[in-house]
Amino acid sequence: MKKLNKPVYLTAGYNTLFLGSGRKEFHPKKPRPGIEHYVIEAGKGAIAQINNAENIDEGVIANFMAARFNRQGNLPAFMPAIDPSLLYKPFSRIEGACGSGGLGIYTAIKTVLSGIADVVLVIGLEVQNSVKAVYGADYLAGAGYYEGERKEGHAHFFPDKFSQRAGVCFKKYGQEPIRKAMAKWYEQAILNARRNPKAQEYHNSVVDLFTQGMTPPNPKYFVEHLNVFDCSKVTDGASAIIVTSVEGLKKLNIEKKDAIELVAFGISVDDIKRQPEDFTRLTTTRKAVYKAFEMGGVNPKDLGVCEIHDCFTITALLALEAAGIVKEGEGASYISEEKTRIDGKLPVNPTGGLIGFGHPTGGTGVRQAVDLWQQLTGKAGDCQVKMNSKRPYGLMINMGGNDKTVASFIYKPAGA
Amino acid sequence: MSLDDHLENVAIIGAAGKMGSGIALLLAQEMTVLKLQPENKSKNYELHLIDIDPIALQGLLRYLKTQAIKLAEKSIVQLRLQYEARKDLVENSEFIQQFVDDLFVHLRVGTELGNARNAQFIFEAASENEDLKVSLLKQLKNICASDTYFFTNTSSIPISLLNEKAALGGRIIGYHFYNPPAVQKLVELITPEGILPDLYQLSLELGKRLRKKLIPSNDVAGFIGNGHFMRDGLHALAEVERLNKDFSPQQAIYIMNRISQDFLIRPMGIFQLVDYVGIDVFQCILNTMDPYFPQEKLNSDLVNLMVSRKILGGQNLDGSQRDGFLKYDKSKPIAVYDPEREKYVSLEEGNWRTEADRKIGNPPAGFSPWRVLLGDSQKEEKLETYFKNLKRDSTLGAQLATDYLSKSKAIAEQLVSSGVANSVEDVNGVLLNGFYHLYGPINNYV
Repeated sequence: MKKLNKPVYLTAGYNTLFLGSGRKEFHPKKPRPGIEHYVIEAGKGAIAQINNAENIDEGVIANFMAARFNRQGNLPAFMPAIDPSLLYKPFSRIEGACGSGGLGIYTAIKTVLSGIADVVLVIGLEVQNSVKAVYGADYLAGAGYYEGERKEGHAHFFPDKFSQRAGVCFKKYGQEPIRKAMAKWYEQAILNARRNPKAQEYHNSVVDLFTQGMTPPNPKYFVEHLNVFDCSKVTDGASAIIVTSVEGLKKLNIEKKDAIELVAFGISVDDIKRQPEDFTRLTTTRKAVYKAFEMGGVNPKDLGVCEIHDCFTITALLALEAAGIVKEGEGASYISEEKTRIDGKLPVNPTGGLIGFGHPTGGTGVRQAVDLWQQLTGKAGDCQVKMNSKRPYGLMINMGGNDKTVASFIYKPAGA
Repeated sequence: MSLDDHLENVAIIGAAGKMGSGIALLLAQEMTVLKLQPENKSKNYELHLIDIDPIALQGLLRYLKTQAIKLAEKSIVQLRLQYEARKDLVENSEFIQQFVDDLFVHLRVGTELGNARNAQFIFEAASENEDLKVSLLKQLKNICASDTYFFTNTSSIPISLLNEKAALGGRIIGYHFYNPPAVQKLVELITPEGILPDLYQLSLELGKRLRKKLIPSNDVAGFIGNGHFMRDGLHALAEVERLNKDFSPQQAIYIMNRISQDFLIRPMGIFQLVDYVGIDVFQCILNTMDPYFPQEKLNSDLVNLMVSRKILGGQNLDGSQRDGFLKYDKSKPIAVYDPEREKYVSLEEGNWRTEADRKIGNPPAGFSPWRVLLGDSQKEEKLETYFKNLKRDSTLGAQLATDYLSKSKAIAEQLVSSGVANSVEDVNGVLLNGFYHLYGPINNYV
């Protein structure tokens, strides 16, 4: 396993408001901001925290499916719209379904490591309320294997993929503990989102979230083993963060206390044509996370906070197991015992995660990095977790498709 | 002939109207689903949409397209299974488009009654006018085969009268859908004497197929639904006349609308409901019913005045509410009609509304709006507490509301005692399912 050949930092993160059903500002029939707005708001949000946009050498824009949701391609050309100083600089677009954001950060890291650039701006976004969910499901199904899976697949393609995983988990570990843990995860996601003014579920005021989370599935209209509360919602949103070298930090006049340092990364991609080896395991996620653990010489006990890819409640449970945070089969009890709560043993997704904060698919990986940057630099406001200096690491897992394209990162405070 | 056989060729008369268009949607959907079944592959399904107004027929097609898309979107999970054999359909959008295309294949639009000549079922949904309905049925009897069955959507005209005047020999049944037919679960089923048993059986089966709740009503003008609604409305109109002594005309209308909506916890106020149905339709139903109840005065000067002034309520083609007793912005009341000054007075203008609200007082403790209680699993207990408090309260509002409840109950009891309804459950069932009331008029609250 190769090690990082020089330090890489992340700083100046910014999230837009995550818009969609549940937000009071959202009305499906009223006009809403488009791609241009989100790129510019996120980009300006990051730039406002550095001394001069001139110092940005290049950039990456991460997005999954703008070509269908917004009928828009050529996204790199939106980047110069953020600031005149970005005109004619190099920008690329990265796509890996819901793992696009993670791959965007990975690309920026490689650029810095290569020495080609010192300061790389990464933006991740998706604007997907442009169509009803029934058509959005078609677009999102592009994260699966269209030729081989779509025709036989479910109307709600991805919810069904993870519903199948839930079904197999029910058989293996018993339905009740898994089902309850899924509802507990939903409860946690919403409780955390209520602390986060930018979260899609910030306005959620349901009193008994656990009972709501236990709503029996309705396969006639949705899928067999999941209810709608088990699913992340349809979200418009963008995030931005800047990846730098040590020289880059200096150029930007950013102090180390305002940056996080990359400890390791692990990228793992499975063949899109293959069925999962085991429906109760996120095999690719495990490989990605363990690559990162190996590169960084870190193990799960060293983690102080995590951002995992909870596109569905069952995925959260499986991701905790894949990351080695708990043994296989123990994810449910870990969640049900509230060990992942904001004040728990290992806070996971303290800003709400994909279910609570929202899931602008191609942007989520960047959002996760921004949130870890905030946590590890003490900027997380009401969502701030209490970090322990003995466990200074933040783990991020960003997943595209059904455990196909996974990017994992470990960060620590830059001063530590 | 089975129900499926009858459904191969169906005609709707007055198809572009409010009720006709909803019935058209239900039947078009049913035919499309039938056609998708492998055993029906070679069958030819035709739904004849007949209306005198060609422009309205264009509107009907637009309505059917929008609704068919919505329906397909909602039932996408089943739709993918129904079209499983179609290898060329992959994405949800393709299944939805295919369903809409397949639904439209069955539609035949026209203005001529002759188009119905091969229909096995005819749904009559023309305006609520006895002469018109009789004339249409007579013509259709001559045009169609002698075993064609007729389903009339009349909400007030005795079916035996139509049967007799059009000489249909028991081939007609009352099949009264509620508005909008595609959404409302209730169908009032009126079986006249001498009905052919086959038609009766088929209509029961059809109700199940269309996922409707059929409630039987006896063949008395107005049946259960309008038997209650007309008298309920007349009570409010009489109260308006009484309140006119102490209140301005628009205040009196406003008060009775608010009493019926808020104090009685109904989905909408009585005047908003009359506007929704159409003031002219309301008048027409009263006129139909009046001769059958010589001991009652089923008539209203105010309703006649409104109609004579061409203030009719009802809906625009796009479904938005037309002005009637109330003036609307989209579907929200924004002003009340003052019959004396012949103009609408805005709810926000001056302090007449605050003054009226002050004089009637607030609903008593335990009040929750209809919308809130609708999904409340403890609504029965909550309603009981609320109405107990209402009875004890001494405000003018509480008094008017208690009188209204008593009147509504008396009307309902009369429907049972006079044999219009077979049971208390049937009357309550119509009000619960057709009018979306939270409680039946025959209750223990008064």
